[in-house]
Amino acid sequence: MTTGSILQALANALKTHSVRVIDLTQTLSPEFPTISLPPEFGQAWPFRVEEISHYDERGPGQYWNNFSCSEHTGTHMDAPAHWISGRYLPNNTVDTLEVQRLVAPACVIDCSAASAQNPDYLLSVDDLKAFESKHGRIPEGAWLLMRTDWSKRRDAVSYQNFDETGQHTPGPSTEAVRFLVEERNVIGFGSEAIGTDAGQGYHLKPPYPCHSLMHGAGKLGLQCLANLDLLPPTGSLLMTPPLKILKGSGSPLRVLALVEDQA
Amino acid sequence: MKSNLFPTKNPILRTPRMNLPPTGRGRVAHGFTRAAATSDHLELQVCEQCETVQYPARDACEKCLSPELTWLKQSPLGELLGVTTLHHSNHLYFQERLPWRIGIVRLDRGPTVIAFLTKNVSPPETISDEHRTRVQVLLRLDRGGQAIFVAHPIEELNIDLKEKLQMETGCSPLGRKILVTDGKTAAGQAVVKSLLDAGAETVWVGYSEPWKSSEVIHRLKALDRVELVPLDLTDARSVNALGSELGGKVDIVVSNAEVHRTEGISSRPGTDVARAEMEVNYFGLLRLAQAFGPAMKARSADGPGHAVAWVNLLSIFALSNYPSQGTFSASKAAAFSLAQCLRAEMLPHGIRVLNVFPGPIDDEWNQNVPPPKLSPSALASAIVRALTEGLEDLYPGDVAREWFARWSDNPKALERELVGGSL
Repeated sequence: MTTGSILQALANALKTHSVRVIDLTQTLSPEFPTISLPPEFGQAWPFRVEEISHYDERGPGQYWNNFSCSEHTGTHMDAPAHWISGRYLPNNTVDTLEVQRLVAPACVIDCSAASAQNPDYLLSVDDLKAFESKHGRIPEGAWLLMRTDWSKRRDAVSYQNFDETGQHTPGPSTEAVRFLVEERNVIGFGSEAIGTDAGQGYHLKPPYPCHSLMHGAGKLGLQCLANLDLLPPTGSLLMTPPLKILKGSGSPLRVLALVEDQA
Repeated sequence: MKSNLFPTKNPILRTPRMNLPPTGRGRVAHGFTRAAATSDHLELQVCEQCETVQYPARDACEKCLSPELTWLKQSPLGELLGVTTLHHSNHLYFQERLPWRIGIVRLDRGPTVIAFLTKNVSPPETISDEHRTRVQVLLRLDRGGQAIFVAHPIEELNIDLKEKLQMETGCSPLGRKILVTDGKTAAGQAVVKSLLDAGAETVWVGYSEPWKSSEVIHRLKALDRVELVPLDLTDARSVNALGSELGGKVDIVVSNAEVHRTEGISSRPGTDVARAEMEVNYFGLLRLAQAFGPAMKARSADGPGHAVAWVNLLSIFALSNYPSQGTFSASKAAAFSLAQCLRAEMLPHGIRVLNVFPGPIDDEWNQNVPPPKLSPSALASAIVRALTEGLEDLYPGDVAREWFARWSDNPKALERELVGGSL
């Protein structure tokens, strides 16, 4: 069982908790906000749930619900087709994504202190190079996850963080996105905030660089992640299978990370 | 929460249930119902042939037998011929609210009617014609939604809101605990202010998506007698949670939350905006009625501070589709239909359902609609007045009244006139 030995070892490690599974997912609840565009635009539906029956006259033996939400509600993945820059790429929707890519290593860069100081904090190329000098080069095909502790903002008002100039949440700079796409060839970028781009990302050049450049290069996005503080800077393995929605531009998903004990 | 105005309920006694006044009326008598639904002004049938004013309502003129009888507004003035006070009744509704003062009034326009008398109507001291007590007779809806005559002193300008007949026919916000479903709209804020000015004891104000327009929420929060409550009508769990918490407390629901966009069928592809309108304007009302209706119905005779009314902010566009706001009109037509169902379910419990049909309100989504537009404060005071008078249908503002008149006269004509796009 030479090919099975890795998985056998993994199974044993899971059993003994030397490899732990960490949930990076926000609970899908009606209260969890979705991205808010100007009201004359189309809007992503928030998560809504209504009972079909609850052991009652509508179905005495069953409890079950109907739910509705957008492809971009809760912890979700953006596929390349989400952005106009990625619209002509092959296999650019969630149903056609190569599943081999959906289990991938993650690098977690800690921007929590800077984001606490400045909600508009932009991750820079210098931050990425400093990370690499400490933890090694970001491997090709890895996720770059930006830890901001934004998921610890439990109330929707401070999570959204709007004022009269719009939303104020951290994200990557245009140059950082370019570096990750062109020089590191990551699989995608992950954020704890409501979008992969900063709240003020519309004012960057190009507007929303993480969406525009990542998806234009066939990369993926993860947003509304949680528990990034429980991951090591390197060495974790992410499982990110979206729902297989026909021509889906994205999908809510359960994001799990495998973390190995530092023995 | 204890009311300042109404006695505190004894919680170990059974909550009394509603026994309605008699509800049977012939079809022709619903001419009074139609009149009383929109105004307290007296209307009577007048013969087109001989101009005789009729009472009771009938199919043919009492004098010349002509069937051509028209309902017309009449002078409410008359003189009191006699007074009696009922101290006994076999009818449960009247029995539970004894005594009743009743009088015979000869209207200046001819007919003699039997009317309930407010406590301020003094009895006729003499039978000589010169000294008879003069009264004004108003048309009001009773708890069962049927029209009755109420005689007031002729000089009475300010109605005593705690007077029994007023309590039994009106739904004044005075001393009531009220839910306004959306405090974030201009209309919602104006309604909250008017209800407070009218003496509401508590106004619970719903808000959704708190990360938007948070300064409005802060402003409302600072108001005395206002309590903010999270309420998102698109979220069944949110509505049900608030219903469970407040359903047994709320005396008046003001369902004012609405999504208002200005699209027709072809101005925007897809259904997401139309669906968002339906989700709040129609399904939101349905969720709200399911969550708050049962407890309100159970409290409709719960002492003097009982549950009393339900207000729906509809639109005059519910009557006939205004094409440049076509999907909004359709959602309001759906809400209007559902509001009729709500009224049918509330009437047997004595809860008044007031449907409000404004023309364009002066708010952000009617920015491109030319004047006249209804100011939010005018809308709000009209709602408080209509509640106080116990009306069922309110057409506030010039546009609404004009539309209603055109629609009543010839709905087909109004439909054609709206093809051109003007109001």
